[in-house]
Amino acid sequence: MNLEVVLPILIPLTAGALSLALWRSVQLQRLVGVVATALLLAASIWLMRSTIDKGFLVVEMGSWPAPFSIVLVADILSAIMIVLTGIIGLAIAIYSLASTPPGHERFGYYQLMHLLLAGVAGAFLTGDIFNLFVWFEVMLLASFALLTLGGERAQMEGAIKYVTLNLFSSALFLSAVGLLYGMVGTLNMADIAQKVSRVENPGMITVVSLMFMVSFGIKAAAFPLFFWLPASYHTPQVAVSALFAGLLTKVGVYALYRVFTLIFTQDVEYTHTILLWAAALTMLTGVLGAAAQFEFRRILSFHIVSQIGYMLLGLALFTPLALIGGVFYIIHHIIVKTNLFLVSGITYRLLGSYELKDLGGVYRQRPYLALLFLIPALSLAGIPPLSGFFAKFVVVRATLESSEYLVAAVALLVGLLTLYSMIKIWAEVFWKKVPEHVTDTRRLNGDIKDQRSWAYYTPVVGLAVCTLIIGLYGQPIYVLAESAAEQLMNPQLYIEAVLGGQPE
Amino acid sequence: MESLMALVVGILFAASIYMMLRRSIVKIVIGLIILSNAANLLIFVVSGLTRGAPPLIADGAKQMAGTVADPLPQALILTAIVIAFSVLAFAVVLIRRAYEVVGTDDLDKMKDTDT
Repeated sequence: MNLEVVLPILIPLTAGALSLALWRSVQLQRLVGVVATALLLAASIWLMRSTIDKGFLVVEMGSWPAPFSIVLVADILSAIMIVLTGIIGLAIAIYSLASTPPGHERFGYYQLMHLLLAGVAGAFLTGDIFNLFVWFEVMLLASFALLTLGGERAQMEGAIKYVTLNLFSSALFLSAVGLLYGMVGTLNMADIAQKVSRVENPGMITVVSLMFMVSFGIKAAAFPLFFWLPASYHTPQVAVSALFAGLLTKVGVYALYRVFTLIFTQDVEYTHTILLWAAALTMLTGVLGAAAQFEFRRILSFHIVSQIGYMLLGLALFTPLALIGGVFYIIHHIIVKTNLFLVSGITYRLLGSYELKDLGGVYRQRPYLALLFLIPALSLAGIPPLSGFFAKFVVVRATLESSEYLVAAVALLVGLLTLYSMIKIWAEVFWKKVPEHVTDTRRLNGDIKDQRSWAYYTPVVGLAVCTLIIGLYGQPIYVLAESAAEQLMNPQLYIEAVLGGQPE
Repeated sequence: MESLMALVVGILFAASIYMMLRRSIVKIVIGLIILSNAANLLIFVVSGLTRGAPPLIADGAKQMAGTVADPLPQALILTAIVIAFSVLAFAVVLIRRAYEVVGTDDLDKMKDTDT
C-alpha cells in the first residue's frame, strides 16, 4: 500500500468533512483551510519524491487485482500536477483569509474549496476511465457552487453558460466511455490501452477518440469550444477565479495528455493533426479576444484560452521534445496565471474595480506591487529569463523540428500579442495617473489599512518566487518534464506497472 | 431489440440537442435531462442486451453458468444516474435563481458577460 498516492485525495476530503462539522466557526474553518492545504502540499512533495525514486506507484482499491478493481496510478506527470495542486491550494487558502467576503465563508466556501481540490487530485491520480468521469463530476459540482456563491447577476449569466457546456461535455464523455466499454469490455485505462489495438473495426476507435477529444476539449477550453470560459471566469470573487484559472482547465488538458498518449495512439496521423490545428486556432483566437478586452480579469481569462493552445501543441506534435515542452508549459502556466489573478484582486481591493479605465496610479503608490505584477506578466509573455521563456522556447523549437513552420509562426506571434496585452494592463493599471472620476483612493494612498494585508501579499510573493526559480534554475524542472515525457512516450511502461505483466 | 433501442437513443440525443439550442433556459435544462438519459441508455445498449439471465452464481456452484448479462454497465448507469440527479438538481435551482435575478428566461437577453 502506497499511502502517498491516496493522501492527496484523502486530505482535502477529510478537511472538507471537518470544515462541514465546524460550520458555525468561520475562524476554525480558516485554520483547517490553511493547515489542510499545507498538508496537501507536503503529501504531494512526498508523492513526487516516491515517483522519482520508484517509478509508477499503483494502488488497487479493495485489494482486488488490477483490471477488476479501480486503481490509482501515480506517474511523474500525475505527481507534477498534484504538486501544482498543492501549491495553488495553499496560495488560495492563504489569500482567502483576506479576500473572501464574510457572507461566502458562512455559506460553505471552504467546504467547497476542499471538495474541488479533492476532485482535481482524484482526476490526476485515477487509472480508471469511469472513475475519471466521477472525479470530473465531483470537481464540476464544487465549481458550480463556488461560481454562483454570492448570487449576483453576472455570476448567474456566466454560470448558465458554464454549467450547460460542462454538463454537455460530461454527457459526451459518458457516452464515449460507454461506447469504448462496448468495444473493449474494460474500464481500466492500462487494460483498454492493451486491448484497443485488437478491436476489429479501428475506425470506430477513432470515432470514439474524437468524442473524448471534443469532451476534454470543452473542459480544457480549446478552440472552438472555449466560449464558456471568458463568459464566466471573471464573475465570481477573485480567489475563486484564481483557483479555477490555475487548475480547472488544466484537468482537461491533463485528461487529453493521458488518453492521447496512452490509449488513442493507433491513428496519430489523423487525431493529432486535428489537435495541432485546434491548438493553433486556440492560441490565435484567445490572444485576439484578449486584445479587444478592457477588463482586468477578462483579459486574463482570454489568455488562459490562448495558453491552453501551447499545451495542446505540445501534445499534438507528439514528439519527445514537444511533450517535454507541453509539460513544462503546464507547470509554468498554472503558477503564473493564478498569480496574475491574485494581483488583479489586490488592485480591485485598492481601487474597487476591474475595469482598466477605472484603475490607475498603482505604480506611484505601490511600486513593489507593480514589480509583483511584472514578474508573472512578463513570464506569461515569454521574456527571458522568466519561466515562460523556457516553456515557449521548448515548444516552439519542437514545432520547428517537426517542420510545422506555420504553427511555429503563430506561436511566436501569439507571444508578441500576449506582451501587447500585458503592456496594456501595465500602462492602464500601474503607469497612468489615477483617473479623475475615481474619488475613493483612500486605500490606494494608505489612509485605510487592511488588517490582514499580509494574506494578500504572501501568496503573490510566493508564486512570483516560484516563477523566478523555474526561470533561473530551469534545469531540474526540465529534467523532471523530460522524465514525465519519457513515461508518456512509452505507454508500455504504464501498462506493465498497472497490470504487472500478468496473463491476460 | 438492439436496433430499436439504438433508434430510441438516437431520437433522445436529437431531441436533447434540439432543446438545448432553444433560447429559453428552462428548455435548456430539459435538454440536459434528456441528454443524460440518452447517455445512460446508450451505455446500456452498446454493452449488449442479454434477456433473463441475471449474473448470479447458483447455490453450491463456483462460477456462473452459460451466458449472463454483464452487471458492470448497470453499475455504471446507476452511478451516472446519481451524479446526473445531483447535477441537474443544481441546474434547476440555478435557473430559478437566474430568473429571479435577471428577470427573464431568454438567453438572448443574458449577454452582459459575453461582449
